[in-house]
Amino acid sequence: MGVEKDTVEVAPDVRHIPGTPAFITPLDKLINWARTGSLWPMTFGLACCAIEMMATGASHHDLDRFGIIFRASPRQADVLIVAGTVTKKMAPVVRRVYDQMPEPRYVIAMGSCACSGGVFRTYSTVQGCDEFLPVDVYIPGCPPRPEALMYGLMKLQEKIRQEAGRWGFWR
Amino acid sequence: MAPTVEIHRKQIGHPEWDEPFVVNMGPQHPSTHGVLRLFLELDGETIVGCDPRIGYLHRGLEKLSENLTYSQALVLTDRLDYISSAANNTGYCLAVEKLLGLSVPRRARLLRTIVCEMARISSHLLWLATHALDIGAMTVFLYCFRDREWLLDIYEKICGARLTVSYTRIGGVRLDFTPEIVEELYRFTEEFPARITDYETLIDVNRIWLKRTKGVAVVPPEKAINMGLTGPSLRGSGVPYDVRKFKPYDAYDEVEFEVPVGRNGDTYDRYRVRMEEMRQANRIIRQCLDKLPETEGEPVVAEGAPDLLMPEKKKSPQAVPHPKKGFLVKGAEVPVVPEGEVYVSIEAPKGELGYYIVSDGSGKPWRVRVRAPSFVHISAIPEMVKGHMVADIIAVIGTLDVVLGECDR
Amino acid sequence: MSVVEKLRERFGTAILGEEVSCDQISVYVDREVLPEIMRFLHDELDFKHLADLCGVDYLGWKGKRQKKERFEVVYNLYSISRKEPLRIKVSVPEEDPRVPSVTSIWQVANWFERECYDMFGIRFEGHPDLRRLLMPENWPGHPLRKDHPLELEEEWPEYEKLREKARELSRYEWGDRRVRGG
Repeated sequence: MGVEKDTVEVAPDVRHIPGTPAFITPLDKLINWARTGSLWPMTFGLACCAIEMMATGASHHDLDRFGIIFRASPRQADVLIVAGTVTKKMAPVVRRVYDQMPEPRYVIAMGSCACSGGVFRTYSTVQGCDEFLPVDVYIPGCPPRPEALMYGLMKLQEKIRQEAGRWGFWR
Repeated sequence: MAPTVEIHRKQIGHPEWDEPFVVNMGPQHPSTHGVLRLFLELDGETIVGCDPRIGYLHRGLEKLSENLTYSQALVLTDRLDYISSAANNTGYCLAVEKLLGLSVPRRARLLRTIVCEMARISSHLLWLATHALDIGAMTVFLYCFRDREWLLDIYEKICGARLTVSYTRIGGVRLDFTPEIVEELYRFTEEFPARITDYETLIDVNRIWLKRTKGVAVVPPEKAINMGLTGPSLRGSGVPYDVRKFKPYDAYDEVEFEVPVGRNGDTYDRYRVRMEEMRQANRIIRQCLDKLPETEGEPVVAEGAPDLLMPEKKKSPQAVPHPKKGFLVKGAEVPVVPEGEVYVSIEAPKGELGYYIVSDGSGKPWRVRVRAPSFVHISAIPEMVKGHMVADIIAVIGTLDVVLGECDR
Repeated sequence: MSVVEKLRERFGTAILGEEVSCDQISVYVDREVLPEIMRFLHDELDFKHLADLCGVDYLGWKGKRQKKERFEVVYNLYSISRKEPLRIKVSVPEEDPRVPSVTSIWQVANWFERECYDMFGIRFEGHPDLRRLLMPENWPGHPLRKDHPLELEEEWPEYEKLREKARELSRYEWGDRRVRGG
């Protein structure tokens, strides 16, 4: 019996065993599918971009339809959206919030300030939050529109879909 | 001290119970409206002391303005109170115009008034949304954001940006309104009063809302002035101090509106004041729109307004006395912004927003100081929460309508 | 009788001068008698609203108006009952940067003075709780002084420590996720 011969491909990499309710798919694909469908960001606003983040989550743009629900605790969150200017006083706090999040975790730098410091090239501003956080997606704009944030989140989903082996007890 | 705590303490008989319990709240907290951090000293659940720590969003905006020209620094004012950026721009422009001695055309003044009042509505909508969400009314949040999106769409039609508009320029505004915008604004003002009534039916007599807001954080009028509260937070206490009435700027002397005041000075009164302010703002927009056709064809930027790239000196139109010898010189170079200093305040949605600018005659401001209402309001939190329960602190932060961007600058 | 005349009549030589700029009057007063003057303005002339309190650094000032001392502390007052603004100024020398506090008159002055101390290093005598407000406790220097650079030439050590730690932890991240320089 061979997988190729006895099963029917119903979707890319998903095969159905005829006569049973069973499907065969790589574990990577299943896990990535589950992760992309429920990206829970952290409710963590820093500055102007937080308002656009709220607008994205609220009634008009409605992030819930992507399965994206804001969580107030880092322990329940998958994505840290760094929405706004990070100052040197705030940086340890942002890092701590990131450290508290369980794996797998992702970081989106939202807005020019989080990407590169933006207009604030001053003594107290961090010149891009990638100085102390590993960033997955950068969204430029001051502030980015809700559509841009949604695009960024979809780019992150694309990135997650290409992952392999990000599971297991051994990390 | 709350009586329950006293009883509890007697029952336990533990000596360490005399120590207040210190709880850290923030800077990462969903209900602190940004990166506010509070150290709360608790006795049971009663707050005996509160120490707000700010500065987590201090971006060095005032220092940065000193290194930019006047026109460039305008862009930074958007990022102060990012919810009502048009009002911030207007305050800054008024201050610089006073330094320059520019008078703004009437059409530009009307347009500025319209965008300022739109900013007020959008700011109050966001305040209502988050305040209600913090206290537990999720529906209001969704309703408010629906209408706020409409306003932001109009902003986008006006100037291309949703949040950080930079629509006001030194000496006027950036662009004139197109007929579609006027039409859309008319439609908005038509429908908006009914929407406010909608929100009121949602929470006005809601038992939870009343329990959480009535009698919470009462501020007597004299104390409110002494603590520096301004805007709706002050008017909730019954003091009718409104910069729009006291020192009219832009087109506020041409329009009719009322200044709503509260009676008891509690959280519920401040809520009523803000709701009424939205109606008045709607009325002001309507009146300004009616006046717009009278000024058809006028320029929207004053003559002699500085360019975006400001040179330090310009050719003087009149003869000026020679600095050393005293005789009059024609076509001499004079500074674009004369030396001087000015304090101009406007009624931003949060309260009195003041700009104190010192100029030394060069193209860059010597000192830009922003008197931010949120800064003062946060300094009043310890007084207002003392003796209340932990849960009330969320209501107090909400009712003061603080934005950390302008607080920390 | 204008406010300035009343002040001159009451305090005489403590009123050091006045200045008009853009139709706004500012009065220079002696810093030693500042609390009495402010108390008089608050209680008898009804300036109940302290709109603003800030410092200005005049190091390297090239304007025409002469500045004798390096710092100035500026009080913008407003009388709500008479709709009248007034600006009071105090000159503060660099070698002895201290001003009497007005916290006992206006509660709002508390944070304004803390901010001014934080940004300029001007000490307010009699202030109940003079700590840094906006900058971290161990920040070197006072940012709004003119000799403080806009961008730090040397990174703040605390932040440098955080970055080093982040670079070190970056090895344990999955995939190719790294911090800058990690």
